[in-house]
Order: sequence, then C-alpha cells, then structure tokens
Amino acid sequence: MEPFTKIRSIATPLDKVNVDTDQIVPKQFLKLIQKTGFGQYLFYDWRYERDGKPRMDFVLNDPKYKGSKILLTRNNFGCGSSREHAAWAILDFGFRVVISTSFADIFYNNCFKNGILPITVGENSLQKLFESKSEIEVDLEKQTIKSSDTIVSFHIEPHWKRILLEGLDDIAVTLKYDEAISKYENSHKISDPKSF
Amino acid sequence: MSKTLFEKIWDSHVVIDEGNGRSLLYVDRHLVHEVTSPQAFDGLRMSKRKVRRTDLTFATMDHNVPTSNRSLPIIDQTSATQVKALERNCKEFGIELFDINSPDQGIVHVIGPELGITLPGATIVCGDSHTSTHGAFGALAFGIGTSDVEHVLATQCIWMEKPKTFEIRVEGKRKNPHAITAKDIMLSIIKKLGTAGGTGTTFEYRGEAISELSMEQRMTICNMSIEGGARAGLIAPDEKTFDYLRGRRYVPDNYDKLVEYWRENLKTDNNARFDKIFTLHVDDISPQVSWGTNPAMTIDVTDKVPFPKEYAKGNPEEEKAAAKALQYMGLKPGTLITEIEVDRVFIGSCTNSRLEDLTEAAKVVKGQKVSSKVRAMIVPGSQHVKKQAEELGLDKIFKDAGFEWRESGCSMCLGMNPDILAAGERCASTSNRNFEGRQGSGGRTHLVSPVMAAAAAIKGHFVDVREMDLN
Repeated sequence: MEPFTKIRSIATPLDKVNVDTDQIVPKQFLKLIQKTGFGQYLFYDWRYERDGKPRMDFVLNDPKYKGSKILLTRNNFGCGSSREHAAWAILDFGFRVVISTSFADIFYNNCFKNGILPITVGENSLQKLFESKSEIEVDLEKQTIKSSDTIVSFHIEPHWKRILLEGLDDIAVTLKYDEAISKYENSHKISDPKSF
Repeated sequence: MSKTLFEKIWDSHVVIDEGNGRSLLYVDRHLVHEVTSPQAFDGLRMSKRKVRRTDLTFATMDHNVPTSNRSLPIIDQTSATQVKALERNCKEFGIELFDINSPDQGIVHVIGPELGITLPGATIVCGDSHTSTHGAFGALAFGIGTSDVEHVLATQCIWMEKPKTFEIRVEGKRKNPHAITAKDIMLSIIKKLGTAGGTGTTFEYRGEAISELSMEQRMTICNMSIEGGARAGLIAPDEKTFDYLRGRRYVPDNYDKLVEYWRENLKTDNNARFDKIFTLHVDDISPQVSWGTNPAMTIDVTDKVPFPKEYAKGNPEEEKAAAKALQYMGLKPGTLITEIEVDRVFIGSCTNSRLEDLTEAAKVVKGQKVSSKVRAMIVPGSQHVKKQAEELGLDKIFKDAGFEWRESGCSMCLGMNPDILAAGERCASTSNRNFEGRQGSGGRTHLVSPVMAAAAAIKGHFVDVREMDLN
C-alpha cells in the first residue's frame, strides 16, 4: 500500500446524501476478479447516459475537477452493500481522501484497508469546504484540512493513522500476535460451553 | 457487572484488547461467496499465506448464479469466471464448498442456519453486508469487505472498533400477523430511524413482538439491520432458536449441553444499560411499501406518495434527495400507494426467501392468476427450501397462477445474474434495497413483504393485503 502523507488538490464536490455503494460501483461491474481497473466504473450510472455518453452535468465529468484527489460528499456516504469494489473504484479513479459528515461502517473500514483516508467533519466545516473554490490540503500527520480561508482539524484512530502513514500490511501486523491467537484457539472451542 | 448480550459475546471473543476500544476478535465461522472473495484468495497467494482454519470456513456460490436450468453452462462469461475461481480457490486452499450443483447450495445467509453452521454466541463474518441475518440466533454476525475476508482467512481474527449498543424494543401485538409481517416491522423501524440511525452500533431487538416471531421471521428482522446502518443486529436465543438448530448437520455433537449453557448465559442482564434505545409499537402498524430509493423512504400501504418537503421534515439535503428519488421512481406526490401499478414481482433474497415466506405468499396466490400485465418470479433461498416447498406443493400453486419457479440464489435482489429489471420497469420486491439501479439499471424497486408482493402480482398494483383472506 502506498504510504499516505500530505495531499493537496482541488476537491470534487458530490452534493448528495446517503450515497450507497450500489451507486459508487453498480453491480454489473463486480464480476472482475482483480482489484484494479474499477475507476472507469466509478458512479457509472450517474456519470454516463444509457448510450455511454458522459453526462456533462455530473461533477466527475466537469473538467474543472480533473485530477482531483479529494472527494467531498454529504452525510452517510458508502451505505448499503459491503462491496470493497467501491473503495477500489474511488482509489483507482485517483481519490485518496473522502470528506463527509458521516460514513457507513463497512465502507469506512474498507477505505483504510486500501490507503484511502475517510475524514469525518462537522456540518459547518463541511459546508465551508463545499463553498471553498481553492485547493485543499489534507495533512494526515497534523490531522488538518486547510483551504484558503479555513483550517479544520479531524480525528483519526491512531492505529489507522499509522497504517496509512507507513503503508503497512494489516495482515502482517496481526500475524505478530500469532501466539496470542493460538492460545485463544486452544482455550476456546465452540463445542465447549465454558469457552463462551 | 451487568452486560448486554452483545457485550458478553464480544468479551468472550477478544484475543487482544488494545485498550482504546479496538480489539482483535476471534471469528468462529467464516462464510465465503464468489463475488467478494477472489481478490482475497489472490492476496493470500501473493503473500504465500494459507487459510488458518479451513474447518471454520464454508463457501457457496449465490450472488451471480443463474436461477434457470442448472444443467446448462453459465452463459455470462464473467459470472462463469467468478464461479470457477471460487471452485479453484476452495480446492487449492482446502475449503468446503457447496457448489452450484450441490443439494445444499443457496443464499449464504439461508444455508448457514439451515445447515447448523450458524450458532448462538458465535462470531460470524462474511463478505456480505446481510451477514447480520445470523444475529437472529444470538450470534454476533456482521459483513466485512474483501481485505477483511483475506485477513480472516489468514488469521481467523478481525480488528474491530467496539460498536455502541442500541436496544430496539418492539412492543405490542400485531392485529393480523399474516398480513403484518416481520418485514413490515423492520421497514417501520428503518422508516423512523433512517438509514444511518444505527451507524456505529449493534442492534439488539427485544420485546414481546420479537419473542413471538418464528426463527425465519427473526432472520428477516436481523437481515435488514444494515439497512438501518447497524452492522449487526442480535436477538437473544430462546427455545425456538434451540429447537430450530437441533439435529442440523454442522451443530456440535454435545448440542444439548451447549443449549443448557446458552439458555443460562446468552441474554442481556436485567440491569444492563444500552447506549441508545428506540421503541416501536406494532399494534397499529400497516403493511409497508417503499416509494423512494433508500429503505427509509417507506410508507403505509394506505397512504399516499409523500411530498419531498413533508418527507424531509426541514432537512434541505433530504428534501433534495426525496425529489430526486421521486423523479427516478417516476412517481407523483399525492398518488395513492394502491394506485401504483407494477410490471414485475420478485419473491426471494436473503430477506424473504425461506419456506415460511413462500408458504404465506402461496396463501394469497392459491386459486388466483397473476395479472396479465405482470411478470412474477419466485426464487427460493436454497435448494433445501425449494425441495421442501415442492414437497408441500407450493411450486404447483405458484406455477398454476403464472409465477416462474426458479432455482436458488440471490437473483434479482441485486441483479448480478440474468434476472434484472429493464429501465423504467417497476417491481414489487421482497428484497432489502431499493437503491437506484439495484435490480437493473433504471429499474424501480418497491420493497414489500412476501404477501404484499404476491397480492401485487395478482392485482397488478399494490393492495392492502389485510383486505384479503389469508387464513
């Protein structure tokens, strides 16, 4: 996983609430068996007409936001299906940061696992970021979001911060606890009532 | 110290407690399917890792399998690739697979309980958000992404932030339990809580209206916890739970001893406190029909399609979303729900595809004909459900009425197989999500109970199923 440091970019404003993962990647694109190549399907039904022409009124097709690494969106982003394809598509498209007032739990977790930083901010701060036209800088080390006229600090679990900053392999970290897992396994058997 | 059921199961599965709310939990059962697992197995191969506990891992193929004739090859090449990948992966890593031709094949959340893989007090994960279904047995069960599927395959553990506890009290007695189903209870809860109401929490459903539900109805409730934003939803096990699982293939040999222990321990202590509480009274609830593009956009069948302002209650973002939803759904505010005509009817999915769902729907259908304007489909949740239904002659009732009787799978709940809606088609569906395009690009989904779906198939539009004879 690519380590995460500072990201500076214009932010793409997706002004919608309750964006579900069926919209982030529609189901017809879940059949690939790799993790890459999903960017072209990101928000597919919103991005393209039925005949495949881009919908010019959809924000991802606005040339102003080309190359943007930060996605701004409204409350409860990523709800619904657990499909990690949603996170893969966001990353593959080029976003490394998603900012909202809240995220659905499974999606939130999937972001970190793929080197994407999901940031939760208050409603007023989010509104300011939506209104900001300048580039935004996200500094994970300092836990701040800076635009030309505002600075917002954000919370992140120390564990995830470390995983992102160092680009760590989550499984390798867990396997350091192999002994503890084996010990637990030996004392806990589902067929042994006392182990509950 | 008094504890909730959730806290008891959580505490008994902690391998490492980091002391900041984050713990490494042991996973008792890992269920795997073809869509969210190929990248996980690839990851294992690349890092030369093995599956730690093949004996606790079970796989099936359900999401994209065709529900037509099983003796034919899968025409969609990308679906066939995923199905073959799962076969290859299970063989290579030594995992038990209920494949497309197995008599045990079915939707992963239907076959888990059916085979006794699901057990009270266990932790269960699967790369599917509807894993919450297994909570009906008093298991702590939740959906995970593919990276976590790989993590569980390699370590049999998962890192979790401890969720808050949320008591969902369901009180009262339904006036007509054949017409007012578990689905209507759950849609009523989500309608009030919103789709993010349970974010960061685990639901525990309690109260007399929950106790009186059958196991299959409880599964419908827990299944849709995720639609209320909660990753998991629990119901404390009772005699119904123990009776349901007794004698099933994968339950441990000392089952009765386990039951004694579960009976004493798997319940929320009297003085335990929940972080949040919500109460629903079911005495006066009506059959529910969703009108919009998320499950909280739901209303009584006796009501009218709402105006966005009325729905949004002062929230401008929600108002905008509701207006957009109505446009997508092709509905005008003020239209009576019972005036909405449907083109398709789908009875199936991990929410409502079990024997009892089909039995209840058959009561509506018996001796009737599907409206000439409607194409209606029954997709049993598993091969076992299908067989049992056929033994009861339900297939004949449905087929005589003009329903299609299909093979088991997820089918039109998410339209990854050929069962999809065409753009603009309107469907009464017993599934769990009415998101834009969920059942087919441009398709319009109305979530309802099996009896409501069956009644819509016959009449060609929504009807208040209380007006029909269901006994």
